[in-house]
Amino acid sequence: MIQAPDLPAWAAFLVAAFVLMGAAITLVGSLGLLRLKTFYERVHAPTLGTTLGAVFILTGSMICFSVIQSRPLVHELLIGIFVTMTTPVTLMLLARAALWRDRTEGQDEVPAFDEDAP
Amino acid sequence: MTTLFLAWSITAAQVMLGAAMACAAFRLLFGPRAQDRVLGLDTFYVNAMLMLLTFGIQTGRTLYFEASLTIALLGFVGTVALSKFLMRGEVIE
Repeated sequence: MIQAPDLPAWAAFLVAAFVLMGAAITLVGSLGLLRLKTFYERVHAPTLGTTLGAVFILTGSMICFSVIQSRPLVHELLIGIFVTMTTPVTLMLLARAALWRDRTEGQDEVPAFDEDAP
Repeated sequence: MTTLFLAWSITAAQVMLGAAMACAAFRLLFGPRAQDRVLGLDTFYVNAMLMLLTFGIQTGRTLYFEASLTIALLGFVGTVALSKFLMRGEVIE
């Protein structure tokens, strides 16, 4: 499976650098899932992959297809906008659900219900 | 020469993304609680989406872009539904 499109040298180096950096950042974020201790620490780690990792790989893909078809091709922006908009929503919902579960089980390490909250 | 360099770079990136997917799959299978498993699933589909983008760069086809867009859309819905289920015990109220 060693193959690649035939790009000019500057585009090949740019695409390689962007894709490698994006994959490395995503790997660091996913390693955080293994290494961090509690759920509330772990919920931060994968956002590295959805923000900077995705932006780098999408930029590499944009450069590659724009050079191949010799016209600006930016449909990867769709994925970028969608992932940037949806990741905070899902992870905040998930963290609130986890907090609610921990509170109803009466665990000590999470803050208790706030009576003054509306 | 530059094509070979690009090919090896993309392959190395795919290996790194595969390792990231393995970390997420570990959390998905052995997560101590349900919210850890949902978080692992979320990470897993984002990594799979990025892996499909690298396949698209490798082959030069736009088919993989559509596949990764579909994964992004459906994964968002899946994680939101699972979070609602953890919070309320039912998905549609």
